[in-house]
Amino acid sequence: MTIILVMVTLMLGGVIAWLAQAWQPHWPKWVALGSCLLAGLMLTPLLSTTPDVVIALGQTSSTWHEHLQYDWIPRLGISFILGVDGLSLVMVGLTLLLGGVAILSSWNEIKTNQGFFHFNLMWTLTGVVGVFTSLDLFQFFFFWEVMLVPMYFLIAIWGHEQRARAAMKFFLFTQISGLLMLVSILALVVLNMTQTGTLTFNYFDLVGHDVSPTASWLIMLGFFTAFIVKLPAFPFHPWLPDAHTQAPTAASVLLAGILLKTGAYGLIRFTLPLFPEAAHQLATTAMLLGAISIVYGALLAFAQTDFKRLVAYSSVSHMGFVLLGIYAFNELALQGAVMQMVAHGLSTAALFLIAGALQQRLHTRDMTAMGGLWALAPRLGAMTLFFIVASLGMPGLGNFVGEFLVLLGGFQANIVITCIATLGLVTGAAYALIAIQRVFHGEVSPKVHLTDLGGREFIALLPLLLGLVWLGVAPQPLFDLVEPMLSNVRQLIIASGNQWLGGVQ
Amino acid sequence: MTDNLDLWAVLPMIVLAALILSLALVIAFFRRLSISCAVAVLGLAVTFATIIWLARQTGGPWQVTPLLIVDSYSLLFSGIAILASLLIALMSYSYQASRGDHQDEFYLLLLLATLGGMTLAMSAHFASLILGLELLGVSLYAMISFPSRGLFSLEAGLKYLILSGVSSALILFGIALLYGAFGSLAFGDLNFQQIEPGSDEHWMTLAGSALLLAGMAFKLSLVPFHMWTPDVYEGAPAPTTAFLGTVSKACIFAVLLRLFINVDGFSDHTLMTGLYWLAVFSILIGNILALMQTSIKRLLAYSSTAQLGYLMVAFIAASALPGRELAVEAAVMFVIAYVLTTLGAFGVVTLMSVADAEHDTDELSAYVGLFWRRPLLASFMTAMLLSLAGIPLTAGFIGKFYIFTTGVQNQLWSLLTILVVGSGIGLFYYLRVVYAMARPVDGDDGTATLNTLPITGSWALLLVTLVLIGLGVYPTPLVNWVSQMTQELLCC
Repeated sequence: MTIILVMVTLMLGGVIAWLAQAWQPHWPKWVALGSCLLAGLMLTPLLSTTPDVVIALGQTSSTWHEHLQYDWIPRLGISFILGVDGLSLVMVGLTLLLGGVAILSSWNEIKTNQGFFHFNLMWTLTGVVGVFTSLDLFQFFFFWEVMLVPMYFLIAIWGHEQRARAAMKFFLFTQISGLLMLVSILALVVLNMTQTGTLTFNYFDLVGHDVSPTASWLIMLGFFTAFIVKLPAFPFHPWLPDAHTQAPTAASVLLAGILLKTGAYGLIRFTLPLFPEAAHQLATTAMLLGAISIVYGALLAFAQTDFKRLVAYSSVSHMGFVLLGIYAFNELALQGAVMQMVAHGLSTAALFLIAGALQQRLHTRDMTAMGGLWALAPRLGAMTLFFIVASLGMPGLGNFVGEFLVLLGGFQANIVITCIATLGLVTGAAYALIAIQRVFHGEVSPKVHLTDLGGREFIALLPLLLGLVWLGVAPQPLFDLVEPMLSNVRQLIIASGNQWLGGVQ
Repeated sequence: MTDNLDLWAVLPMIVLAALILSLALVIAFFRRLSISCAVAVLGLAVTFATIIWLARQTGGPWQVTPLLIVDSYSLLFSGIAILASLLIALMSYSYQASRGDHQDEFYLLLLLATLGGMTLAMSAHFASLILGLELLGVSLYAMISFPSRGLFSLEAGLKYLILSGVSSALILFGIALLYGAFGSLAFGDLNFQQIEPGSDEHWMTLAGSALLLAGMAFKLSLVPFHMWTPDVYEGAPAPTTAFLGTVSKACIFAVLLRLFINVDGFSDHTLMTGLYWLAVFSILIGNILALMQTSIKRLLAYSSTAQLGYLMVAFIAASALPGRELAVEAAVMFVIAYVLTTLGAFGVVTLMSVADAEHDTDELSAYVGLFWRRPLLASFMTAMLLSLAGIPLTAGFIGKFYIFTTGVQNQLWSLLTILVVGSGIGLFYYLRVVYAMARPVDGDDGTATLNTLPITGSWALLLVTLVLIGLGVYPTPLVNWVSQMTQELLCC
């Protein structure tokens, strides 16, 4: 029940926030923050439970902290299945944390209709929690689409200059790729029905299906496309820089922090276990796309003058590591991919928060108009330096652990591609340092007035900072939490790999 | 089956006919819009109650004379027609009241047209088909040019009169050819599979059904028979457009589907190829033309062409026998969602407009910033547009999901590709309207020219929106009912 309560809290929080506006214009943010904290508190007991629900998943058995199943549309074999395992738990936890940070980051930014703003924020969070816990493919698609609409409103109403274009681009990319996924889901379900005679969208029934290799290859491509559009990987990234740059700060934090992770989550949860054989065939291509994204994203980030755009392109680069790690299939790389998802969520959320703080103070995102800000705002400078350094992969912080493990695991899988990907670390250092140099060093423009980081912003950044240090110094608890799920995925892949290799020979 | 049961089975029709007569009398004695509206609404509610009562009876389907059949299918579509016109009556009250002179006859025409729609839903014979079609059509001519507010709606009425007349002529000629081939006008006596390929009867059947299909495609505004749609939608008063877009299309589709199932028109490859291209062109051209519209009514007109194209995908999927059950369910679910959504969208246009003005308020510019001026109305419109785009939490999503499911089951990959492309284009113009409504207007303090929302209309719209979302989240009761209905329809 915990996870349903979490979702209901977020949904109701959104509705109450909207209504609360009628009494006091500044109440919605307090309501939203409160319900986020409450949801977070509700989630914590799950952390201490042992995963004791065992459900067969293909040839393996999966363990769950919580698993609920109700009938939804029995005529079409659709149920409402919520499941929380280690991976879901980590992602939901990240979602709630960044939800709170997002609300704090837009505390004074939103002037018009705060109620509707926070309603959309909370419903995006609800949709994302739904995506991270759905185990029925219809239900998954349902939440996948539900999280889009409020995010569209956030960008379209409260965004910056080019918001209409950015919001439309964001919606079109995700929606069209989502329809491809819908066709794939249906094709899988219908083909499975012709094999087994039962119509079901249940994840557990569909893993280990007997669909012919050609059909599963095509179906897998539908899923894969939808997920790497969201990730995003080269060449499906063009929506991302626009959406991230034009969105209000809170929406940028959510987009980069958690919405991108739904793509990676989908790959791990659905694409690999549902189509392990096709995954083998795709592995090299996927890793190559990952490596290209790493280098290409980093190069483009280096060329930007807009601070938010720079961070946005750096996300393309960092999510490339996730794609690379997922398709290397081994323990190190998969763990590295999950670590990278969490660490990137924390560091990028912080960078977007800082970008928002800069824009609110200077009314520009153009780095050429900045310079020498360290002297005016040392706390802001120090914080930015910390998160920039974290994102370029400084040892001792979470991103380093993620990227290092991905490269280590990737090296075992494909040496050439991993070597290309390693170049990303060099270019990463280049764009990260140039950003610091342009914004905080050099001559101070005499016209610039800047107040330093305030208490609210400090409170929002602190958990992100501590989280990154903790992940960097003691990553083991996270690995312990997600390892059962990842080992299931690996077993499914290895089992099918033996068949596949046997077939080739 | 006894003789007096027959009459009970058409009780909804009798009640509705009696209602029409009494409304005519009421108008003769008390010429008050509020009284006419109340009589129409109450009468429609009673008619709906009789439909519910009949649907709960066992022992159907009842064949009432060779002309009419009363089964769950016809009851469902009759119910849709009755509920839709009830909501239109509620939503149009303030619109009609905004004109000074007497507008009572609008309700009379609305009820007559509804009776026509009901006859179509129940018809099992070409005679009743023509009867229903003409009753619907003739009432609509008057409803379209009803407000004597200038040439604009007269032009629309005339256009509809001529084109609808032409399509009726096509249908009649088609029926004549089919009669020549089969020697009967009852759907049950026609069977395409009995016809020997290459015989004279074969060619007559083919020509007849092609003409029939063309005539129906006119009324359903499928490409290339869609030219009248935007002009008539734009020129007609908004409540009439709502009726034209919902009841008229749903009932004509209902009779077309029943006809095809009864005569097994799905077995004819030539016809199905024709339908295939109708669907492809409707989806693509409807969506592309909708992109360029600045009038909400014209936009919805082209979008309805596209939506009917989506519906045709389910129709084509019904051609393979193993998947027919799901395909028919998909078509019915899609129609329900489409009717609900279109009703809501035109309901918003109705509430935005006054009958006295030369045009309805349908320019996109009039909707800019609606979220900040009239949050409730804008939320309703947003829900409708998202439903048309097939986004979850709305009935439109369930409808579209069904269409996709049945398309995949019958492996209509090329149509599915067109469907994805069409939906993608569709997002552009639906979101354009949503964005316009969400855009804050500079210098608008939010209080300018705000007359209060009419009570009946806003409650009706609220109801539509709640049902729309309810069906989108938990469609199971309706799904089960439609599934049973389909089994009953296909077994006999």
